[in-house]
Amino acid sequence: MSSSATPSLPVVTARPESWWHRHQASITPLLLLLPALAAFSLFVLWPIASSLWLSLHDWDGISERRFIGFDNYRELFDDRVFWTSIVNNIWWLLAFMLAPALGLAIALFLNQSVFGIRLVKSLFFFPFVISQVVVGLVFAWFYNPQYGLLNEVLRAFGIEGISPLDSETGATFAVIVAGLWPQIAYCMILYLAGLAAMNPEVIEAARMDGAKGWRLFWHAVLPQLRPATFIAVVVSVIGALRSFDLVAIMTAGGPYSSSTVLAYYMYEQTFLSVRYGYGAAVAAVLFLIMNVYIAFFLWRMLRREQA
Amino acid sequence: MFPTPIQDRSRAAQAFYRASLIPALVVWLLPLVAIAFTSIRSIDELNQGRFWTWPEETRFVENYTAVFTQSPMGQFLVNSVLITVPAVALSIALSAMAGYALAKYRFRGSLVLFAIFIAGNFVPFQILMIPVRDLFVNVVPLYDTILALVLFHMAFQTGFCTLFMRNFIKQIPDALIEAARVEGVSELRIFWHVVLPLVRPAMAALAVLVFTFVWNDFFWALVLVQSDEVRPVTAGLQALRGTWTSAWQLISAGAIIAALPPVALFFLMQRHFIAGLTLGATKG
Repeated sequence: MSSSATPSLPVVTARPESWWHRHQASITPLLLLLPALAAFSLFVLWPIASSLWLSLHDWDGISERRFIGFDNYRELFDDRVFWTSIVNNIWWLLAFMLAPALGLAIALFLNQSVFGIRLVKSLFFFPFVISQVVVGLVFAWFYNPQYGLLNEVLRAFGIEGISPLDSETGATFAVIVAGLWPQIAYCMILYLAGLAAMNPEVIEAARMDGAKGWRLFWHAVLPQLRPATFIAVVVSVIGALRSFDLVAIMTAGGPYSSSTVLAYYMYEQTFLSVRYGYGAAVAAVLFLIMNVYIAFFLWRMLRREQA
Repeated sequence: MFPTPIQDRSRAAQAFYRASLIPALVVWLLPLVAIAFTSIRSIDELNQGRFWTWPEETRFVENYTAVFTQSPMGQFLVNSVLITVPAVALSIALSAMAGYALAKYRFRGSLVLFAIFIAGNFVPFQILMIPVRDLFVNVVPLYDTILALVLFHMAFQTGFCTLFMRNFIKQIPDALIEAARVEGVSELRIFWHVVLPLVRPAMAALAVLVFTFVWNDFFWALVLVQSDEVRPVTAGLQALRGTWTSAWQLISAGAIIAALPPVALFFLMQRHFIAGLTLGATKG
């Protein structure tokens, strides 16, 4: 191309080569990255390091920090509530694995082209769009022993006065059900996109070969939905481990810390018990658990990048 | 197409399918329907324990007016807007730049930087909580200000946004950028005049999505602010619950008001929203 001669562009090539001009190709990316990197370092990267360091200290948030090595972690080991949080987080994780499956079921149900289906799909997606605070409020009320819908229904079967959120054994599961509601909606939308992007020829070829129903689904459809499944599982795992809002809104970890999770216990220890170092240690444990999944996600993402 | 298009089935099956959609939807949204009903109920009806029947008389105007006159809900809404809009705009601006740098320039460590942005986006908030709060309380005195929330959300959402923008910009043909380069267009002008116009749809998708993320945030609103003058609608609603313990009609109306902006945005920009959310769900 004979570019410098084109009159239409007010080009700078005619000027003598400045330092900036010679180096702009290598400096520009740095310049473009700088603001994002600065913000991210200040509010994400540095706080992580700082929290990990803080977890080795005893601190009430005001007076001098005292280095105590791994004492916080040692204490965690004998902390009954900490283990309750771990167990509850495991329940959250297990239960949240239902979200991809149920999301897929709803997506299959809705993957038709009939009049008004687009509106129906978006209404099904609703729970994900609204705030978890609202979800928590709605469900707290749903479970209410005096006028909740749950009891209204149970009364028809002669059962009265069930209050899941006041039960030490039931509270966690009641909160998890509330958490599943938006999570299923999220997975549903991922699968609807996956279904729309499927290669119809593969399906038709499988149909030609006489596959139908469950076999067709298992051998021709599900393999094509793998990217959607991967993301649905990842976001569900992350969602389960991050659960905080619903616990805070619906039970505040109670009764007697029976429904607490790591994310909430950390908050509670830090602000209500004013034990910043101990709270940081709880956060560190949650962070380390999460890292397993983050590493897995990165590994897959970057492997795809190199392929 | 899977499952088999309903049009290929018997008439009875079609009729059954169509007829089943509405009940399925009602069951799925039952909790929301109930709260919508309650928000227009009279207090007398509620006191009689009539929560799940059709409201006898609608108190739509009274209840919703009461929310605004008897609580700082209006203020909370304004705060939410003041927090969300700048945070979204800033994080999209930052990530458009960073995403372009990571997508179209080859330099050492670019993949590592990309990985850091992705990983950071999944981190549990609790590992950031104490230092970020400490920063705003003791280092830059912004605790309990709208700016604190704007800055934090801007920074945190940059992780997700950069992942998104980088993957989108990666799809732009290199030839376009090369052509401009050969013409002698400066690097920053290429970004501004060639790349940015092409990524507008991605920015729209991202804006809708991140708006709902930030609008619905509860945790940071709890950690970084405490007064009604700066509280966003999520934390505000939770606070009102303490004062209106039995005024369910007001709490419900408040919940509907808090949910409305992201829902409206979702309906208006549905295509963008879903495009943003399902990025990566279709290939890989």
